[in-house]
Amino acid sequence: MKPEQAMKYVDEFRDRVRAAGLIGEIGRLLARNPTARRRPLQIMEVCGGHTHSIFRYGIEGMLPDGIELIHGPGCPVCVLPMGIVDDCVAIAERPEVIFATFGDAMRVPGSRQSLLQAKAAGADVRMVYSPMDALALAEKNPGREIVFFAIGFETTMPSTALTILTAEARGIGNFSVFCNHITIVPTIKAVLDSPDMHLDGFLGPGHVAMVVGAAPFRFVAEFHKKPLVISGFEPLDILQSIWMVLKQLEEGRSEIENQYARIVPDGGNRAALGALSRVYELRAFFEWRGLGSIDHSGVRIRERYAAFDAERKFAVANAKIADPKSCQCGEVLKGVIKPWQCKVFGTACTPEQPLGALMVSSEGACAAYYQYGGRRAAGAA
Amino acid sequence: MSTPEPIVTLAHGGGGKAMKDLIDDVFVREFANPALAPLDDQARFDMAALAARGDRLAFTTDSYVVDPLFFPGGDIGSLAVNGTVNDLAVGGALPLYLSCAAIIEEGLPIVVLRAAALSMARAAREAGVAIATGDTKVVPKGACDKLFLNTAGIGVIRPGIELGADRARPGDAVLVNGWLGDHGAAILAARGDLALDSPIESDCAPLPRLVAGLIEAAPGTRFIRDPTRGGAATVLNEIARASAVSIEIDERQTPLREPVKGFCEILGLDPLYLANEGKIVAVVPEAESEAALTALRADPLGREAAVIGHVAAGEPGRVTMRTAFGGRRIVDMLVGEQLPRIC
Repeated sequence: MKPEQAMKYVDEFRDRVRAAGLIGEIGRLLARNPTARRRPLQIMEVCGGHTHSIFRYGIEGMLPDGIELIHGPGCPVCVLPMGIVDDCVAIAERPEVIFATFGDAMRVPGSRQSLLQAKAAGADVRMVYSPMDALALAEKNPGREIVFFAIGFETTMPSTALTILTAEARGIGNFSVFCNHITIVPTIKAVLDSPDMHLDGFLGPGHVAMVVGAAPFRFVAEFHKKPLVISGFEPLDILQSIWMVLKQLEEGRSEIENQYARIVPDGGNRAALGALSRVYELRAFFEWRGLGSIDHSGVRIRERYAAFDAERKFAVANAKIADPKSCQCGEVLKGVIKPWQCKVFGTACTPEQPLGALMVSSEGACAAYYQYGGRRAAGAA
Repeated sequence: MSTPEPIVTLAHGGGGKAMKDLIDDVFVREFANPALAPLDDQARFDMAALAARGDRLAFTTDSYVVDPLFFPGGDIGSLAVNGTVNDLAVGGALPLYLSCAAIIEEGLPIVVLRAAALSMARAAREAGVAIATGDTKVVPKGACDKLFLNTAGIGVIRPGIELGADRARPGDAVLVNGWLGDHGAAILAARGDLALDSPIESDCAPLPRLVAGLIEAAPGTRFIRDPTRGGAATVLNEIARASAVSIEIDERQTPLREPVKGFCEILGLDPLYLANEGKIVAVVPEAESEAALTALRADPLGREAAVIGHVAAGEPGRVTMRTAFGGRRIVDMLVGEQLPRIC
């Protein structure tokens, strides 16, 4: 290999020889698994980052028969309901507002427009890479109101919280956050409680766990008796985590194991958790695209920081728009059907014109399938 | 008190003396060549002289609206020349003449305009083309972003050169002449909102010599295209669709610079979709692929040339990549612009 082509500490996790070894091991475990002889074992990767890696490296096609990966609800862009996008557009259309958002939220369809379309129609929508970029915009534009569209799981929550604390410390009055952070644990619970669910194990979300630690996932192993392995995002991480789930199944264990220990401390990140509890409180419920309303699955900004809460500042309408009826995102998310078995996959619902949540971002199972693998398989199926 | 920096004003677009002075001072002086010299409303060419160099004319146009105007490895001027020159070259044409139209936002410092014009002149000399005619417009603040350039180009094609996206056949080799994605990554990094220090430079360069060398060494060459916007992935998809073939490329054979790979890792971008401004994707019969590779590598713009994949008789229109990890994935057309992922 040329030195130019060796990415230090990344290529090590993409080694094809090690991959072949792990796939052999996975095959041997599957061959001995009595359930796998009757039906494919279903393992859900909860996080959209995993879904992305699985498709980008072609991992599904490398796995032996007898195992299916179910692409879970952990793509924060995909699960944004249309009503929230409508709220975003309404805020962004105010003349005094500069609306700052992560790039991949710009294409999510609302009932009228996406943010990208609102921008084209004249709204001042800016793409940022971190909430601190939005705060910098506020400092640079004292005559404007800067609203940061905060989305994501516990992974992105701390940076939003710290930005609010920084804004307060610097006395910046023209900055607020439209907080739509969501939390993954109640959502895994909802999936597990669903009667049509027959998952055999989970790959746990590595980056969320880096913040919250391993403990919040215990109910999966203890109450639902399913193995969960907190996994990293490189392809070897994913293969090793699958192997660890199968190993637990073989040995009749259901435990929370941490494959991503190089990043994830069992107790999580205490400084980040401290910032979260200072700034946020749980909402009674949060509406997910595809999954519906899930209790305590979102957070809002505490009264103490009301000055930085766009919801209070702009009296946001909280528009409720039902998911299109033809969408079967919920069934795909739970592994009941495969993306291409959805009635509208690739026809009424495509990455160009997404109807359902999972077609929206490249991390959504349907979009990933459409883009990286399953589109033509769909025709054949 | 210092004198204010000279800027372009609406008066410079008014068609009067101010405009003539600006055009003479900035453009004509830099571009000086016999075809431009009469400064008539049109450049005129001798047909017999053109016919002596080929049996077909190639004609193309492209507009340049890059932000920022100046970036590591190039600027809007060199881009406006090389982009159009390359669009001619990859069709097998010898580029000869360009036009240059400038749309200038009022308030642009004249020194900036001069730098862009100087860069165009330099690039034109290097590419062996003459800027034969031009136009200048000045628009009010906000009606365009600083400076937009349009260039159209004319070239001639030698008898016997037949290239087309529909000519790829199963078994053909797919080649590139070097590192992919440099221009796209350089522009994103240069916009500055990423706060990433990057050593990545645009690959902006004229390709006529490299293409001529390739066609001479591999006369059966089926198709060549410069993978600009949309990157190599988009060109491969166009070939696969037009020729009703499948194409499989090998990630391990695909030349990517270390900093570009790192940049894409951080931002969640795919370098196969990043723009290039000094690269070709070429489809060559397998029997000529060694000769093609040798010819490309002999050119300074082709040192890192590689065979990145092959055409096959699989599902028409399908482009796949054998990943370095050992998997296989589809490389599809991009739906919109690549947007960074949040996590």
